[in-house]
Amino acid sequence: MLKVLRDLLRYDGRFRLAIILLGGVVAMVLLSYDSPYDPGKSFVVPWDLPPSREHLFGTTSRGQDLFWWLTFAVRNSLYLGIVTAIISRVISVLVGLTAGYRGGWIDRVLMAISDTFVVLPLLPILILLSFLLRDSMNLLNLAIILGLFGWSFDARLIRSQVLSLRERSFTRTAIYSGTSGFWITINEHLPFVLPIVFATTLNNILWSIGMEVTLSVLGLSDLTTPTLGTALFWANQHGALVAGVWWWITAPAVVTAILFLGLYLLFTSINEFIDPRTRLRLIGG
Amino acid sequence: MTLLSVQNLHAYYRTEAYGISRTVRAVDGVSFDLFPNEIYGVAGESSCGKTTLIKVISGSIKHPLKAFEGSVNYNFGDYKVDMLQISQSELRRNVRWKRISYVMQGSMSVLNPVRKVIKTFEDIVDTHEHITDKNEFLQRTRTHVNRLGLPTDVLNAYPHQLSGGMRQRVAIALATVFQPALIIADEPTTALDVVVQRGVLHMIKDIQAKSNNTVLLVTHDMAVHANVADRVMIMYAGRIAEEAPTESIFNAPLHPYTQHLINSLPVIGEKSTKASLKGSPPNLADPPSGCRFHPRCPYVMDECRTVAPDLISVKERHRVACHLVKEGSQ
Amino acid sequence: MRKFILRYLIPRIIQYLTLIFVGITVTYVIPRLAPTDPVEAQVSMMIARGNTLDPQSVESMRAALTDLYGLSGNPVEQYFAFWGRLFRGDLGPSLNNFPTPVSKMIGQALPYTLRLLIPAVVISFIFGNLFGALSSYYPANRALNVLEVLGQVVRSIPYYIVAIVLLVVFSYFIPIFPFSGAYPIGTRPDWSSIDFILTYLEHAALPAATLILVGFGGWFVGMKSLTSNIISEDYVVYAETAGLSKNRILVQYIMRTAILPQFTALAMVLGTVFSGALIMEVVFGYPGIGSLAIRAIYNNDYSMIMGITIYSIIGVATAVFIMDLLYPLFDPRVRYQ
Repeated sequence: MLKVLRDLLRYDGRFRLAIILLGGVVAMVLLSYDSPYDPGKSFVVPWDLPPSREHLFGTTSRGQDLFWWLTFAVRNSLYLGIVTAIISRVISVLVGLTAGYRGGWIDRVLMAISDTFVVLPLLPILILLSFLLRDSMNLLNLAIILGLFGWSFDARLIRSQVLSLRERSFTRTAIYSGTSGFWITINEHLPFVLPIVFATTLNNILWSIGMEVTLSVLGLSDLTTPTLGTALFWANQHGALVAGVWWWITAPAVVTAILFLGLYLLFTSINEFIDPRTRLRLIGG
Repeated sequence: MTLLSVQNLHAYYRTEAYGISRTVRAVDGVSFDLFPNEIYGVAGESSCGKTTLIKVISGSIKHPLKAFEGSVNYNFGDYKVDMLQISQSELRRNVRWKRISYVMQGSMSVLNPVRKVIKTFEDIVDTHEHITDKNEFLQRTRTHVNRLGLPTDVLNAYPHQLSGGMRQRVAIALATVFQPALIIADEPTTALDVVVQRGVLHMIKDIQAKSNNTVLLVTHDMAVHANVADRVMIMYAGRIAEEAPTESIFNAPLHPYTQHLINSLPVIGEKSTKASLKGSPPNLADPPSGCRFHPRCPYVMDECRTVAPDLISVKERHRVACHLVKEGSQ
Repeated sequence: MRKFILRYLIPRIIQYLTLIFVGITVTYVIPRLAPTDPVEAQVSMMIARGNTLDPQSVESMRAALTDLYGLSGNPVEQYFAFWGRLFRGDLGPSLNNFPTPVSKMIGQALPYTLRLLIPAVVISFIFGNLFGALSSYYPANRALNVLEVLGQVVRSIPYYIVAIVLLVVFSYFIPIFPFSGAYPIGTRPDWSSIDFILTYLEHAALPAATLILVGFGGWFVGMKSLTSNIISEDYVVYAETAGLSKNRILVQYIMRTAILPQFTALAMVLGTVFSGALIMEVVFGYPGIGSLAIRAIYNNDYSMIMGITIYSIIGVATAVFIMDLLYPLFDPRVRYQ
């Protein structure tokens, strides 16, 4: 495992860049535990100050130090992303495995449901939901809702992997040699399924944080919790761009961009390394 | 006059990734000649280097494959080609399909799945000989295809509507559109049932007889060689083990490996069990020392483990590389 | 032909109808899960906002709301009444702009959204796929490598962020494009005048650019990976061996086959792209469905939100269905089974 990481670090530029970017993000998260300012309080520092040595990202129109506020925002957004990813992973693995192993009408029903979720434009539905649940919306609830909607695409991926595994000869060998179905799943198949789950997890984290940003900007989530999305929402509320407080918009946007880019690069480079076909293609002249 | 002369060819695959480098010595010192108007068979197990040899001969040398030593020279009478030096554009303009054509392994899938067969013909003909009169081209193609025993409506079908054998025959028709001097057929009968195999082989023999060109037929199936080939070359682990006219190979094989291949063919009436060679084909990235066959040879001697045998002529047109056989004997 | 209808058409029609049915039922069910009585909440909010409405209007509004929320009659009746109204195209009145019907307002905003969405999707699809295929066929080309990096970067970042970056750079720091709206405040939309069209284009440039950029990135990366696989397929190797020109191979052999799964992908991401367009409108104050939605959210205009949701579901499902119908035209393997 460590060897894999070391190889990636040494040979894949994207991986190195991803580690640097994500390192910055993680640093921010860790710093949040040491913040001198309470993100819940406003007007603790002079407002609308541009970035300076004292206030790295400047201050907001609500009198908060933007940098320290963002450390909380990053932490919360990541928390949301991970919770959503876990929930939707669990669902998609269950659905995918069941559909793949059982087949028949169970499979068809599950896939029909899954397809429906894939095609439906989620945003309007989520807007509707958040609109109605606005009062009881907090970060955890949002994560749960997003988790309940984000499993469909990956369930299909897992199912097709299971289907191809079932037909492979090593499965038949295992069955003939008397291994019970359960142990076949755990010992033989899981090593194939896990890489897919891992690859899609990062994608899912990206998706959920993106959704959170979107919903928050529209004003549909818990606006008192600092997240990357609510940062943008408040900046808009106070007409930051018009008032010339450009850093209030730019800083969260840039931090988000870095987070996304880092995760994406990580995801792509690990994915290409794991998949032997792409790994060979990386062999240059 | 030789059509093709390959001298001491060494072609390897070299890969390097994540700090590990590997060299696969797929063709390691191969020399042979091809003459006009013959069917020359190349036999051997999987991963003995046959396909690599073909790639180099037909000019498809792409990374990570590279020819490190040796020469590949063609003499088409009015036109000579050094395959290792020729540029891709000249290859495309003058050689490919006009003088050398290729029937690929697994011709089931060589046709573009989203276009009709006639379109593939059109593409190939247009590339080498701009089509000015569409009707004339259609007429010519229909005649060509009919002459080879295929019905004309094959042309208007999509590949997935044709059977595997049919697609194989279409591939052969495509290869012969310009009456090339050399046709390279790589496993043309694999994955086909025997009835269809017969049809394909018949087609190949027919073409060769009518246009007097050369066919290089690569297959691991010795029965096919017995049926069609004039001369056969046996390859093992990137080197030539034996090369002789078909009759000699089958009646008096000299190399132990050849003997084994012949013996493994079922004979009508024979009821004895067949023995199999011990061991498995060598890893070409790390081949055995000396004679590469020595770990599996039933007659292995000490010399075989350290010294690689040269390819020597024992009779006219019969060469073998084995320490058991001395020059000029028999 | 008959086989085709049975094997291909019928399942798709069923899928389409199921999609609409499920989507709309979900939209119907969700409010029923809310603990509060929406009718009373709305009415009291209207009154509290200081709208001086006489008792009769209040009553008719109550009735309209009850009707709209489908709360009149027992649950079964409600459900059927809901569908009945849907078929008549009646989505109820917008609570904020009472009594303007929701369908009318959506009808006004929809063309703007489509004017933004359709060109953006078409442009990003065509160019993204084209350059993606080129970049995997000519891996040494510098310009294509740069494009690839750009595409990968932009693709992973959510629409909103890209929009903000573009906005800050091109509207604030380097004021080329206007901040918001589709036309300057106070002008009347006049599609016959060139001037108006030009101003419109100026205003629509940034939102369109964002959609195109992010879309381009996505298609580029997808197409590149698809074509990388196809390049090693037998029929491409064969075409190369036969000496066909690179251009011909690229277009007829590689792109023709690679574009097919991309069509399927287009159908699948239509929902997401649509959502993206909505967000663009919010950021740039563009008067399409997105802006309509956000105003509705701020004003608690429940019927508007419901209406938009329903329209979105029907719209996207129909677009996907149409794409499904057109697919056999391009893939003969599906046509002749």
